[in-house]
Amino acid sequence: MRKVLIVGATSAIAEATARLFAGNGDALYLVARNQDRLGAIANDLRVRGAPQVETEAMDANDFSRHRAMIETAIVTLGGLDVALIAHGTLPDQKACEQSFDETLKELQTNCLSILSLLTYLADHFERQGSGTIAVLSSVAGDRGRQSNYVYGTAKAAVNVFLQGLRNRLSRANIQVLTIKPGFVDTPMTAGFQKGLLWAKPEKVAGGIYSAIQRKKDVVYLPWFWRFIMAVINSIPERLFKKMKL
Amino acid sequence: MTAYQSWGGYPKLAQQARLLRWRDAELPVPGDGLSVLPFGNGRSYGDSCLNENGVLLVARGLDRLIAFDPATGILRCEAGVLLADILRFIVPQGWFVPVTPGTQYVTVGGAIANDVHGKNHHRAGTFGCHVSRFELLRSDGARLVCSPAENQALFGATIGGLGLTGVIVAAELKLKRIASPFIAAETIRFDTLDQFFELSETSDRAYEYTVAWIDCLSRGRALGRGIYLRGNHAGPFCCAQPKIARRKLSFPLQLPFSLVNGLTLQAFNRLYYHKQRQRSLHANFYYQPFFYPLDSILGWNRMYGSKGFLQYQCAVPTRHARGAMREILERIARSRTGSFLTVLKLFGAATSPGLLSFPLPGATLALDFPNRGAPTFELLNRLDEVVLAAGGRVYPAKDARMSGDSFRRYFPRWSEFRRHIDPRFSSSFWRRVME
Ligand SMILES: Cc1cc2nc3c(=O)[nH]c(=O)nc-3n(C[C@H](O)[C@H](O)[C@H](O)COP(=O)(O)OP(=O)(O)OC[C@H]3O[C@@H](n4cnc5c(N)ncnc54)[C@H](O)[C@@H]3O)c2cc1C
Ligand SMILES: NC(=O)c1ccc[n+]([C@@H]2O[C@H](COP(=O)([O-])OP(=O)(O)OC[C@H]3O[C@@H](n4cnc5c(N)ncnc54)[C@H](OP(=O)(O)O)[C@@H]3O)[C@@H](O)[C@H]2O)c1
Repeated sequence: MRKVLIVGATSAIAEATARLFAGNGDALYLVARNQDRLGAIANDLRVRGAPQVETEAMDANDFSRHRAMIETAIVTLGGLDVALIAHGTLPDQKACEQSFDETLKELQTNCLSILSLLTYLADHFERQGSGTIAVLSSVAGDRGRQSNYVYGTAKAAVNVFLQGLRNRLSRANIQVLTIKPGFVDTPMTAGFQKGLLWAKPEKVAGGIYSAIQRKKDVVYLPWFWRFIMAVINSIPERLFKKMKL
Repeated sequence: MTAYQSWGGYPKLAQQARLLRWRDAELPVPGDGLSVLPFGNGRSYGDSCLNENGVLLVARGLDRLIAFDPATGILRCEAGVLLADILRFIVPQGWFVPVTPGTQYVTVGGAIANDVHGKNHHRAGTFGCHVSRFELLRSDGARLVCSPAENQALFGATIGGLGLTGVIVAAELKLKRIASPFIAAETIRFDTLDQFFELSETSDRAYEYTVAWIDCLSRGRALGRGIYLRGNHAGPFCCAQPKIARRKLSFPLQLPFSLVNGLTLQAFNRLYYHKQRQRSLHANFYYQPFFYPLDSILGWNRMYGSKGFLQYQCAVPTRHARGAMREILERIARSRTGSFLTVLKLFGAATSPGLLSFPLPGATLALDFPNRGAPTFELLNRLDEVVLAAGGRVYPAKDARMSGDSFRRYFPRWSEFRRHIDPRFSSSFWRRVME
């Protein structure tokens, strides 16, 4: 039985992943903003076999609560083996172009709040000498594009932070996993026209779960995004800047 | 236009969709007066799960379990949960769904709204007979617990209510105890329609699950020949756990033409009938291949091509069952537009709480036809004549074409039902049959 903390536990991808942990008999500590929704998810996970499920309502932008939240999770679960950070929003790129307040708000939610959480989590795992830190980033962080570069910036910063953390914690035997999904059919993307490249949250959850089991560092989900992004990253900037992406 | 379609791929209609994900949230009823309709997993064949130019409230995201008592087998869950998910979770604990249709990829809400039946109808009745209560969300924000004791009228209207009375957000089901995930089954070859009725009479007393497959291309003396399947849940220690293939076959693309034509049909029906050399064969099946043989080929409906196909399922009261079934099979054989899979079964006498529930004591026949346009519709109209004359009915869950007049004669309680419809709810099916 592992002890698992999930921040952003009401996310569709996180919920699907939590079911895999529950099915494996792991204990869970779920954090998101809405207590009723957390309650519905917690019930489900208990029925599916999780021996213990605790919840805490917290806004990830309330940085002052991060340390206490993590400590409470460790105390209530009696330890912590896996931390999955999943919360996020999809910024309105056009609105961000009009207002830096908007951009700042998005960077707080999608980047700074995560760096804050990682700071305290790294501390715990380093002392413990084992465990997994997994963060939902995105393929959008691999290259800046006009359609969503605020989101991309946040994810890219998280990626570099995770790289450094991985480097720091590898001696302590800690897995630091950067998760880069492509297009996933979730409430976040409800307004998009879905096509062949779209994956279901369950599929992405399966990939996250097995990347944790296999102690991976970076994972693209589904796997073909590794190749799509390799192609996109190989386009010279001179050409890329003229493309409508 | 959204990608939402029914299983038959006919008709193809344009509509918007809103995803439901939280059972405590209000319904996202649009402000502009457009009508709404719940959508489960789209395993209905025709237009009863579609709402042209309106909005679908997609309920699949309501897929949480709420409580399960392994001592009593009472399960509470949200309405978008698939029977497949329930089974994966309860079978290892010695429980089974009390009634299941021929696919496990239906939602609990969809199973209630069509009051679905299975191979054990003669024993267990319909799905609705095992629902002890559910929570119904109406467009005015009312949240009603419905059961045989509370909001009784709405309970009866919603079971088999075609999604028109509101959104079922959660339900409580009474599961069935099993000693093994296997079914001890027997398949028996029979040569005539009369033999089917004789086999049914003896089998329905001793077997929980019975159904027959008919070679619908046979004519004359061989009319109605087929294979009879009967089975019971096996005892404990029956068999070793099977290796389940992780990757299922799937039919990957939609072809512009149908693979189901006269040649393939004949080949398939012959093959199926002659596959079994012995008169009777015993075998133990894991529950999945026994109940859901078609589910092993994901997307099999796509083999019918872009024009889609039409299902036709009718039920005829016992009194007229033999004659009507013979007449229907003859009309189909004569038309030479035979069906790929033809399924025949006797329904039992159990009554459902559902006002518009489809099953009635008698025989039921289900067929599918590639959509060849006018000739297909003409044939189905001619089958309707037989069913109407015999006092039977046609299953809305599988229908895309019955006339309003036929519907109202098949389901005389439609006017009583109509009073319970949520004023903001409608469907393409309902508008069609109310014309
Ligand atoms: C291979 C196959 C075999 C089948 N075999 C059988 C069989 O043996 N017996 C049988 O009876 N049927 C059978 N069916 C039909 C199928 O069981 C029904 O059509 C079932 O209702 C489909 O459920 P769904 O979740 O896909 O719902 P949908 O098809 O999406 O919707 C069905 C109806 O339910 C309503 N609905 C959906 N969710 C809700 C909700 N939450 N609240 C209120 N209303 C809701 C919809 O408005 C619609 O009217 C079969 C279908 C297939 C594809
Ligand atoms: N969907 C995709 O295509 C896609 C692709 C690549 C990466 N991702 C990433 O995957 C992660 C999960 O997204 P999803 O697709 O599963 O979307 P989702 O279902 O919309 O989940 C997003 C979750 O973030 C939570 N959240 C937002 N702001 C928060 C805040 N300030 N404090 C606490 N929680 C907050 C929300 O919880 P509450 O509102 O309930 O509090 C919500 O449940 C995100 O990081 C996203 O960037 C998604």
